[in-house]
Parts: sequence; C-alpha cells; structure tokens
Amino acid sequence: MQEINHTGSRTTRLLGAAVIVGLVALVLLGWFVAPEDDDQQDAVRMIFVHVPSAIWTYIAFVTTAIGSVMWLVRRSVWWDTVAAAAAEIGVLFCGLTLFTGSVWGRPTWNTYWDWGDVRLVTTLILFLMMIGYLSVRSLGGPESATATRAAIVGVMAAAILPIVNRSVEWWENNTLHQKSSLTDGNLEDMTLFTLVVGLIVWGLFFWWAILHRFRIAWLEREIRSSDLDRALVERRAEGEPGASPLEERV
Amino acid sequence: MLADIRLVAAKDLRIEWRSRVTLSQVVPFALLVLVLFGFALDANRPVLDAATSGLYWVTVLFVGVMSVQRATAIETTDGARRALLLAGVEPAAVFLGKAVAVALQLLFVEVVLVGGVIVLFDASIESLPLLTATCLVASVGIAAAGTLLGALVAGVRARETVLPILLLPVLAPVLIGATRAFDDALGTVAVDGWAWLGLLAGFGAINTVLGALAYGVLLEET
Repeated sequence: MQEINHTGSRTTRLLGAAVIVGLVALVLLGWFVAPEDDDQQDAVRMIFVHVPSAIWTYIAFVTTAIGSVMWLVRRSVWWDTVAAAAAEIGVLFCGLTLFTGSVWGRPTWNTYWDWGDVRLVTTLILFLMMIGYLSVRSLGGPESATATRAAIVGVMAAAILPIVNRSVEWWENNTLHQKSSLTDGNLEDMTLFTLVVGLIVWGLFFWWAILHRFRIAWLEREIRSSDLDRALVERRAEGEPGASPLEERV
Repeated sequence: MLADIRLVAAKDLRIEWRSRVTLSQVVPFALLVLVLFGFALDANRPVLDAATSGLYWVTVLFVGVMSVQRATAIETTDGARRALLLAGVEPAAVFLGKAVAVALQLLFVEVVLVGGVIVLFDASIESLPLLTATCLVASVGIAAAGTLLGALVAGVRARETVLPILLLPVLAPVLIGATRAFDDALGTVAVDGWAWLGLLAGFGAINTVLGALAYGVLLEET
C-alpha cells in the first residue's frame, strides 16, 4: 500500500489557503468596513460568524441524515463516513452558533439565553442529539454495527426535529429572535455584503474540515482492514509445512 | 402479528412481575424524586404549585430511562436476544411487544405519581379525561422511543450512561407537550391541553413507525 502520512491534497491546500485569505478579508470587512448598527452598535458584527455557522450547521446535519439513510438503504461505507464527518463538523459549528448567539444576546436582549425562543431551544436540543450521535459513534464494536446504530440515531434526530420545533413554537409564542436577517431587507449594503462573504468563507472552512475529517476516517478504516488482512496472511502461513513456529521449536 | 405482540409483552410483564423490580425499586425511586423536588422547592409553595406538572413529567422521564434500561437488560443477559431472533417472531412484533410492556409499567408508575403529587404537592385534578389521555399518549411515545434506543445500545458496555444521553433530548417534545397538557388538566395554567395531545400523538406515531422499521436491522446487526 502507498505510504500516506497526511490528508492534504491540491484541493484541500487551495481550500485552506482560500480560508485563510477569506478570514483575513472577513475580519477587515467585519471590523472596519461594515457600519455599526443603530440599535445594536458593535454587537451586530457577531452576525458575520453567527449566521454563517448556523446555516452550515443545518447543512451539516442534513448531510448526516442523508448519509445515514444511504447507509441503511445501500450499505454505502462512503456515505457512512460522510455522515460521521459531517456530524463532527456540524457539532463544532452548532456549538459556535450557540456560543456566538448567547454572547450577542447579552448586550442586545439583556440575557444570554431566552427560553421563549423557538430557534434557540430547538438548536440546543439538536446540539444535544448530535452529541449523542457522536457518542454512539465512539462506542466501539464491529464497524457495521456502529454505522447502523449511528445511522438510526441520525434518522431519528432528523425525524424528531420538526416536532421539537413545533413544540417549542407552541410552548411560548413571544420570540425575541430576529426573523431571517438575510431576507428581511433591513441590512445595510456593506453589512449584507460582509455577511455574504462570511457565508462563503465559513462554507470554504466547512468543506476543508469535512474533507480532512472524511479522509482521516477513511484511512482509519483502511488501517483496520489492512491489519485484518495481514493477520489472515500470517495465520495462513502458519498452516504451511515448516512455517509453524511450533515445528521450528521442535 | 397481534398474537406475537401480546406474547412478547406478556413475557416481559411476567418477568417484571416475578422479579418485582418495578414495584420494589422503580416506584420508590419515583416517589423519592418527588420528595427531593419537594425539599428543593417547598420553601416556596407557589413555585411548587406552578411547577407541579413539570416536576411530574421530569420524574416520569427518569422512570422511563430506568424502565427501558431494565427492558434492555432482560434481552441482553443470557443471550436472550439471539433466542428471540431464532424464535421466528417478527422483529416489529418484538419491538411493539416490548414497547407495550414498557408503556404499561410507565402507566402504573404514573398512576402512583398522580397520587404522589395530589398528596405531596397539593395538586387537584380539574379534568380527568385529559389527564388520562395525556398519560396514555405520552407513555406510548416514551416507550416507543425508549425501546428503540434501548435496543440500539443493548450490545455495548457503556449502555447505562449512553442511553440517557440519547433518550432524554429525544423526549424533549414529550416533556414540553405533556407538561402543558397537565397544566390544563390540573388547572394550574390556562392553556388548551387537548391541542398538546396532538403533538404527543404525532411524536408517538413517528417513533412507533421508526422503531417497527428499524428494530429488525438492530436485532440482526448489533
């Protein structure tokens, strides 16, 4: 087997470089070019991290759900690995979304957390479910069993989520959360532009991280199966005449 | 199919009846949790009154986790799962049978707990039909989701710790819906409790279908 000691490739290096350049541009745009908000002042700049990470969180978890279904229906190892990679990056982004949201909420709503908010509570429950998904992934045991367990949790999370959303929505109707910042047309031009840049930069980072995580998971799988192959060859060799360590000792 | 469901449910309930785990451990545990909530909040009587339905359902969720763990343990010891597979019973029937058994045990504990909140928390029942319906529908949802996730972690060593992590977030809608319906049934908050029953029913239906579909795969592969 070809010796591999990294998970980089031309594509990921280009992506990585683009992420670095993009992040620098985003910081400059976010801090110096985009104007401060009339009501929220500097806190508004949090949306350049918050909104993109929220959107990519949902894309990640939809990817996990699709990957889970593909494993259950087609036994596709590729899709199973995609689901696992997307879940990990999704949890990272989801944590970032919750963190930036509550940091932003403190000066704006005067509270870190608002229980009456549908999106907040739903996102937290999604976060907890996906942490459960990752803990199922790390349970060990045969690979196909782990994949099946995780896939069922992935499908279950996707099926329950609309109900969680409904229940929280009916639970308290007074929401503090903003309606979609992207579509309501109230954003300043430069703010909107920076937000779009943020979406792209975080998207590039998302794909960069997913590619690496996917390759690591894939290589881990290869190592495990090559260990098995080698053990099989060794056991077979023991059966050949004169090759047995026992006979040598005699 | 129906006969198989009844067979599996009767088997689990018989084991439960003979070992008396629900009676001698789960019910006392549930009452203990109520007492602890009382200690934590009793200094402030209005808070306890307002929180009664929430505390009731949090207790039921804990009991749900315990019951599911117990139902899973029955199958994992002595390779009973494999025997169940070899018996030629349809996996969906095994799932439904086990879920029915868990739901019935939950209902039993819920009845005791209603007595507990009436005595300890001074709750009064305003609408018995709503209260009964909520208990029935919520138990089905908890039992279905729990039985599926219980089977999912059955084969692994860390199952006692993993099960609550998986199950409790999934049961969040049950906690919200059942608490609201109970608020109405106990007359603590003016909400339309029957509307919340719809949500609980939806949750139960989705989990029952998911479980019936996925149980076979889990039994065979894990």
